[in-house]
Amino acid sequence: MTTAAQAHEAHHDHHPTGIMRWLTTTNHKDIGTMYLVFALIMFMVGGAMALAVRAELFQPGMQLMRPEFFNQLIGVHALIMIFAALMPAATGFANWLIPLQIGAPDMALPRLNNWGFWLLPPAAILLTLPFILALFGIGDGAIATGWTFYAPLSVQEGIGVDFAIFAVHLLGISSVMGSINIIVTIFNMRAPGMTMMKLPLFAWGWLITAFLLIATIPVLAGAVTMLLTDRHFGTHFFNAAGGGDPILFQHLFWFFGHPEVYILLLPVWGFIPHILSAFSRKPTYGYKAQVYSFWAIGILSLVVWAHHVFTVGMPVPALLYFMYSTMSISLPLAVLFFCWIATMWRGAMSFETPMLFATGWIILFGIGGLTGLVLADVAADAQYHHSYFVVAHFHYTLFAGGMMGMMAGTYFWLPKMTGRMYSEKLGKLHFWLTAIAFNLTFMPQFFLGLAGMPRRIPDYALQFAEFNMISSIGAFILGLSQLIFVYNIVSCIRGQGEKAADKPWEGAEGLEWTLSSPPPYHSFTVQPVVK
Amino acid sequence: MMDATEREIANRRLVRKLLGVVAAACVFAFALVPLYDVICRVTGFNGKTGNAAAQVEHATRVDTSRWVTVEFVGNTMPGLSWEFHPRQSSVRVHPGQVELTSYFARNITNQPVAGQAVPSVSPGQAAQYFKKIECFCFQRQELKPGETKEMPLTFYVSPDLPENVQTITLSYAFYRAVQ
Repeated sequence: MTTAAQAHEAHHDHHPTGIMRWLTTTNHKDIGTMYLVFALIMFMVGGAMALAVRAELFQPGMQLMRPEFFNQLIGVHALIMIFAALMPAATGFANWLIPLQIGAPDMALPRLNNWGFWLLPPAAILLTLPFILALFGIGDGAIATGWTFYAPLSVQEGIGVDFAIFAVHLLGISSVMGSINIIVTIFNMRAPGMTMMKLPLFAWGWLITAFLLIATIPVLAGAVTMLLTDRHFGTHFFNAAGGGDPILFQHLFWFFGHPEVYILLLPVWGFIPHILSAFSRKPTYGYKAQVYSFWAIGILSLVVWAHHVFTVGMPVPALLYFMYSTMSISLPLAVLFFCWIATMWRGAMSFETPMLFATGWIILFGIGGLTGLVLADVAADAQYHHSYFVVAHFHYTLFAGGMMGMMAGTYFWLPKMTGRMYSEKLGKLHFWLTAIAFNLTFMPQFFLGLAGMPRRIPDYALQFAEFNMISSIGAFILGLSQLIFVYNIVSCIRGQGEKAADKPWEGAEGLEWTLSSPPPYHSFTVQPVVK
Repeated sequence: MMDATEREIANRRLVRKLLGVVAAACVFAFALVPLYDVICRVTGFNGKTGNAAAQVEHATRVDTSRWVTVEFVGNTMPGLSWEFHPRQSSVRVHPGQVELTSYFARNITNQPVAGQAVPSVSPGQAAQYFKKIECFCFQRQELKPGETKEMPLTFYVSPDLPENVQTITLSYAFYRAVQ
């Protein structure tokens, strides 16, 4: 940080230094930074678990671990990546960028903001602690049901499930508080003249994510609470012998679980247009169409959940309803794809790292979306359900569509946040390694799924050996190339690299670029007026 | 532009509304439990049949123009060490005709064990037309060590059963009864 900025801070207030600064901070930039750093750490932790899984699957037969441990790894990998990496990364960007983009001095509820973040580390500890306890002979390890907690398996399993239930409670409370904060900030803290239809698309995407979160996280919390009381307090919500129904759990879970997909993706759909427009040197195409598409997808996402359980035994009319409603989501999504491509159309494009990630993201997320249409088809799903085709599909949507989108955003706003340019050479290397290794990892899994390999198994039939080996090699390249990402970020934070201009990207638009890089600790104390 | 206190009040008001949404979503989650049960019962989704005695009155109208095959399946769930199977694997009936069949159960352990049978009908759309007059699944069944028991089932298939359903499978999952 520059001495000028430090002098500026000291002038404003005397906040504590060292660890107390971070524990007690209510500054949106500090909290945003903590969210992003936390997400990056958990991304590496979850990634390490995925690599252990891929190492086991490198060859058929049991090589490295017991099947129980394998099951624990896949479930905790998913929970960490979704709740402790992608969601906190999105919330981190929201904290950093939304006040800057709408010309607000800070988030509307700064103390709630601090609390929301500090619930995350205990939740992460709760998720991973059972692994360590098992080493000392306490319990039998972490949750081994997969991230979906399906009853009756989750009713019967060991203490790992209890830890996961409490972790989900904490993560849920944190997300709900973050969401309330974001909604209030966007509604009440906009600069004069910043009407809702002038709101940056990132804020729009987050607004809908926040509404989805407050509507669906309580349902997940309710479902896992019922699970907890079934396990310990003699209720029978999911116990058929006591008059309950295990299928009910699946409906409750996916009522949350499907909107969750869009909760993870909407913030990314929000900031991709900023990047595309900056590097195409053209305004965003179809702003209104994109906002309305966000709304359409947000609302539709609440009424399509049962496509995750097509094979559970539903009557034909229900199957048809969920198939058609699911497929109808592709219409507003196609509008978004059209707008993204039209934004680039005939633009003066240049391909710095954020743009590489954004354009690569469109293609890879497109594959994820299209294979989702295959799974939405009831007849096709009867074959592909619970196969590696599903695994490949959701990694195209959530690793490419989620994580690589976050990486695009990171490279785009890192110079603004840290005041330093990352190494463009390493950034490009990171992109190409990530994009190629990602396809090497997950493209073979489509074929494995088509050939009939079920997901969530530590061992497999011999005919799947070659594709699994390719996939594992890809996974290790993919995992290791993320170290470049970490290096790039760390060197920016440590002040290496050349100093970033206030507006490092020629075509970038938005209030955040009117501030210095890095922005002062307290920005927009006098709100700007938007014309 | 709002001043600081005005904004504070507006923020609080909005937070309260949003907390209301969260509370409503919590209530909705728990309301889904009875709602789901009712929907399943009314529509027969999930093959749920009524677990109470049906009235016999429909039985007077027997539709002799067609036959329906009723197949019987019985399974014990983990935790219940009983031998359990239907006495006959299937029976052909006319809709409306009252039929008596039975299942056989034996406790193969050396402890008294109570079990609860949970019925399910396939295809699901036939569930609401399958009427049980007397069934061992209406209450818990307790067997002493080594005890055997004939478990009777009296039922009829409603004449309103859609024409396209020719075979109905009735499956019982026997669980260890919970206290």
